[in-house]
Amino acid sequence: MRRISTVGIALVLIVGLVVAVGSATAADVIKLRKGEPVHLAYWFVVSGPNTSLGMDTVRGIEIAIEDFGGKVKGHPVKLTGQDTGCGPEGGQAAATKIASDPTVVAAIGSNCSSAAQAGVPILWEAGIPTISPSNTAPILTDPGRSAGFNGYLRTCHNDKIQGAVAALFAYKQLGVKRAATIHDGSVYAEQLAQVFGAEFKKLGGTLTAAEAVNVGDTDMRPVLTSIATGKPELIYYPIFIAEGGHITRQAKEVAGLEKTQLMGADGIFSPDFYKAAGDAAIGMYHTSPDFSAFAGGYQKFLKTHQDKYGMKPEAPFHAYSYDATIMILQAIEKVGQAGSDGSLTIDRMKLRDALYATKNLKGLTGNLTCDQYGDCADPAIAVYKQTKENIRAGENPSKPFWKP
Amino acid sequence: MFQRWKESITPTDVVMWMIGGSLMLMVIWGSVATLAAGKYTGRHWIDFLIFGLAQGSIYALIATGYTMVYGVLKMINFAHGEVFMSGPFTAYFVADAMYRTDFLDTHPFIALAVVFIVAMAVSTMIAYFLEKIAYRPLRGAPRLIPLITAIGASFFLQYMFRGLYGSNFQAYPVFKIFEGSWMIFGIRILKFQVVVIVAAIVLMVALYSFIMLTRVGKAIRAVSEDKEASSLMGINVDAMVSTTFVIGGMAAGAAGVLYALMFKQVHFFMGFIPGIKAFTAAVLGGIGNIPGAMLGGIFLGLIESVGPSLFLDGLGIVAPYQLKDAIAFTMLVLVLIFRPTGIMGERLAVKKA
Repeated sequence: MRRISTVGIALVLIVGLVVAVGSATAADVIKLRKGEPVHLAYWFVVSGPNTSLGMDTVRGIEIAIEDFGGKVKGHPVKLTGQDTGCGPEGGQAAATKIASDPTVVAAIGSNCSSAAQAGVPILWEAGIPTISPSNTAPILTDPGRSAGFNGYLRTCHNDKIQGAVAALFAYKQLGVKRAATIHDGSVYAEQLAQVFGAEFKKLGGTLTAAEAVNVGDTDMRPVLTSIATGKPELIYYPIFIAEGGHITRQAKEVAGLEKTQLMGADGIFSPDFYKAAGDAAIGMYHTSPDFSAFAGGYQKFLKTHQDKYGMKPEAPFHAYSYDATIMILQAIEKVGQAGSDGSLTIDRMKLRDALYATKNLKGLTGNLTCDQYGDCADPAIAVYKQTKENIRAGENPSKPFWKP
Repeated sequence: MFQRWKESITPTDVVMWMIGGSLMLMVIWGSVATLAAGKYTGRHWIDFLIFGLAQGSIYALIATGYTMVYGVLKMINFAHGEVFMSGPFTAYFVADAMYRTDFLDTHPFIALAVVFIVAMAVSTMIAYFLEKIAYRPLRGAPRLIPLITAIGASFFLQYMFRGLYGSNFQAYPVFKIFEGSWMIFGIRILKFQVVVIVAAIVLMVALYSFIMLTRVGKAIRAVSEDKEASSLMGINVDAMVSTTFVIGGMAAGAAGVLYALMFKQVHFFMGFIPGIKAFTAAVLGGIGNIPGAMLGGIFLGLIESVGPSLFLDGLGIVAPYQLKDAIAFTMLVLVLIFRPTGIMGERLAVKKA
């Protein structure tokens, strides 16, 4: 009998908790008393091999908040963060943590598309809109996406564009007629490799292999040997740093691939990748945002970055996260209602609508205008070539090699 | 006769054999189709075999640690992957320092010896204290408790090294003398693969002769056969258990350096997957059996390298290399269906009975 009552009490507690949490998240209106901070949360990859990708975007947010004056509507801006680890499990965990905090007004993230796919619906269920500075997989802003993505926007390019630029460069500029692709099973890599393959075939090229590896794989020689049987002139592998480093190093060791050109994408456009791949990366190509096309404010941003952190940006997405932050802060300024007692009321549903209504926002990366699915970027993709100098110095190449 | 045979078979056996049989059929069908398609030439197959041998000999070295500990303590030391990681990760800082001062290029063999010594020393120390602090107090406890402790120790070590050295990937310096390739009997082999395979074979032979030929080795074998009896015979059981961990740690540290030579990257999580694979190898070979673990490791490496091309290409499966782990574990299932004690696990079955 006692046992039953214990179970009963536990059940009541659980139900009570669920109701309490449910009602807390159902409140879409955030009311801040005088002096209480506006809470923004980022969810990026800040541990593991892709740390540079996440830290780069964190710095973008920090500079943006500083440039904005550190305050919105007289309230200080508070920034907290969660680690996504660049995977669906981490994305889910990070989003759940953010969603459980009723003070979060809006989120910025994630870095990796696979994390976004798992995490965005959790955030939106809690009414938190999120802007990603670096998710590039087409599926996230696809017209057929689920309602869970209604609160999702991005300031970076869609890979439909990046994949097409890569294919065009390979076929037209390099004169490559046979190419192979490798992805790592993540949404980003799989979709980008797919777009590249489709565009390359459309141009008239032959796709000799569309291979895949696993995240965490180290021995790429067998898969590269298998690819070598198709005699490709170029391998496009838009994956991440650890596996990308292994492929770059091992490709030169595989019989038949000595002369094959290597090409990666923005996920491995980072000094950490040059460290992982070493001198094997000399001469390879990367598709990445065209920094030379960025607006005038970008030079000032670089200077602030250098002064504040003592280094150049480590990955391609800092400017996008800067713009995402400015977008959110401006939208809060628009929809936030200041009370006479110095309080601030923010309706997150209205905030979401204001974000989607962004038009001609003058950002670092260009003029941002959001479409109905949340694609806000003004995309400019270029191809970069790695030289001995920049690999040895551990820096990204400063000038694009080719522009479409 | 037929009656008795019929009685000893359970429906489970029949189902398992059917699963095993259909898997075998798929493997054979895929292999025949691949070979008939003629996409790969003999040279490709030889390349696959060498890649697999190099990877497999690393698995084999780690697997001996699992199997020896299982032998003496009847527990799975899940923290062994972290023992494997700790050595080369620490030695990275030594190697990097030598690389920066050009010592690595001017005296490559001394440098390599230093890296080996540091890595093996650190791994050995970690393994020794792991046993002493985490496992020894639980010696008499039920079997599940040391197992859970091992998993906890594994996390503890991972995050301790993360705290010590950071969560970034570190790129191992390249030994220039091991770059490039040799032609051996008309076959092109990469130099470091030769180094890895030869070093692994030397280490395995040394380890096996230590266990089989020395007095200490004999004592370890006695402990793994019967702890109480051997303690009655005057063997210091605790010392022998420690020795087992020390030998396992040394093998793991050496395997870690070979791994770093081959893949040139280290980070705090690098022990996890090789650890799981080596454990699989130990089970494949018959856990508790040292030659079995070595054989299991090499078998697993070969299957991972050859399997996707041989079995799956012919079946028309797209991107077969994504499934290489699935193949490795399917092989484990197959072996365990037809030989539940593993490839060389007869003795264990007798012992248990």
